[in-house]
Amino acid sequence: MSLAYYPGCTLKTKAKNLEDPAIGSMEVLGFKLEEIPRWNCCGAVYSLADDDLIHQVAPVRNLIRVKEQGKNELVTLCAFCFNTLKRANLLMKDNAEKRDTLNSFMDEEIDYSGEVKVVHLLEVLRDEIGWETLSRKVKLPLRELKIAPYYGCTLLRPREVAIDSVENPIILHEFLKALGATPVDFPDATRCCGSYQIIGNPSDISEYAWDILSTASSCGAEALVLTCPLCDFNLGQGQKKLMKERSGFKGMPFFYFTQLLALALGLDPEICRFELNYGEPELFLREKSLIP
Amino acid sequence: MNAEEKNKNSAEVVAEEKRAATEARLIPIYIMGKRYEVPEGLTIMKATEYAGYKFIRGCGCRGGTCGACGTFYRKPGDYKLQVALACQKAVEPDMYIAQIPFFPVNRAQYEFVELTSAPEEVFKLYPELFRCVACNACTKACPQGIEVMDAISALKQGNIAEVAQLTFDCTQCGLCTSRCFGELAQYHMFQLARRIYGARIAPGADHLLKMLGAIDEGKYDDLLQGLKGMREQELRKVYQEREMEPAAAGEDWEPRDTTGL
Repeated sequence: MSLAYYPGCTLKTKAKNLEDPAIGSMEVLGFKLEEIPRWNCCGAVYSLADDDLIHQVAPVRNLIRVKEQGKNELVTLCAFCFNTLKRANLLMKDNAEKRDTLNSFMDEEIDYSGEVKVVHLLEVLRDEIGWETLSRKVKLPLRELKIAPYYGCTLLRPREVAIDSVENPIILHEFLKALGATPVDFPDATRCCGSYQIIGNPSDISEYAWDILSTASSCGAEALVLTCPLCDFNLGQGQKKLMKERSGFKGMPFFYFTQLLALALGLDPEICRFELNYGEPELFLREKSLIP
Repeated sequence: MNAEEKNKNSAEVVAEEKRAATEARLIPIYIMGKRYEVPEGLTIMKATEYAGYKFIRGCGCRGGTCGACGTFYRKPGDYKLQVALACQKAVEPDMYIAQIPFFPVNRAQYEFVELTSAPEEVFKLYPELFRCVACNACTKACPQGIEVMDAISALKQGNIAEVAQLTFDCTQCGLCTSRCFGELAQYHMFQLARRIYGARIAPGADHLLKMLGAIDEGKYDDLLQGLKGMREQELRKVYQEREMEPAAAGEDWEPRDTTGL
């Protein structure tokens, strides 16, 4: 089965380790992630300004590309793209005045009014495949892994786009269980990584990372699972800084959820592109005898 | 041809054009807001000259290639801004025309030999790339019909090969740049992408390198010396009697004399 898929710019440059294992894994699960043609930047951040309609043009144009394909669902992988696209879609559905302005501005495109459903790949795994089925397809159960599911913000907030309970999400927990790993609950699972605030306040990067990583570690986690390239960057850079500045801080490897998926489904670890990860994931996986 | 003859010839050409013009129907056009009656069928560029303007800049090849004559125009009652190369587009009645011979734009300085094929190189030289909001005004302004915004998207995605393919027909007229909401230097970015593609990404031509090697090693020296030593008559004969490849020759066709291969 073929799914209309939106990768996002970062997945084509810095975060190939998020995309490549996703495409490989979904193929094993019987789904082809088919890139929508002529996609552009998702808009990067959902604009909250009332009179800033121009920032909705980029995400809406992508949704139009999906409609043009005759598809009614769009699968996203980057948590930030998911958030921006889904919120822009809600705007087109619910706000008639802005919808009309945007449609009339994009006079070279077909009209759009929120017909496409924007989903995240985790939702496809949960709702279209199911944890039961997924766990049956696992060839290499990740039994030894104690992993903290880190949700960040954009999959869960604001409430109207959340893929799970805003306060007590379990989707990543369930995902890890299906792969045979042990999810480690920790209080900072839905805390912000610093997001784009880091650009204005670069010194904050290690503060955010310290809170999140030290809490995860004290709760017994050996690694972190992520869905978002921005979380990966902020926590990774923060961790690097902490390892230099705070003696005794050990740090931990981070994984994108798609890397763990590919590993558990028995794909060649090459597809995971671990060389792009922070925190020496290969060393860790070798210790756990999960890769040669 | 001396300068006098040249002048005479161009004067004849002008006279001929005027003659043709008097026979053609006159239509109204507006150049920078002023009304002129010009013969139907002329290009915007010729019509502008007919109206009395002289091009010192904003006119190059007159063949749709150099990109010097990017032009905006509008027709009454239509909000759509239209674009053309002045040397390629025939005038239409009631066109309001403004040629944009030059548009100020930032061109990054770089030592090409030091550049790799990593997209981050382009990002560093042109950080304004990420100011694109996908408004698509650039695409609408392209007289070459290039999907300019798609190429900008491809560049953001680090797909330099795709940028090179999409922008192959770019004449660097600068109309996209003049319309850009994010103040991007599209055509300079594209040129850089095509350079990187050509030098670092496109597969090399092995057969060409082999051939150049053979030339360097002197394989054809004797052959060339032989030709150089011939008298004109003899050379003519050789040339006229050379064996031509038949129009329907197959892949494996070879001439009878293979010493030059």
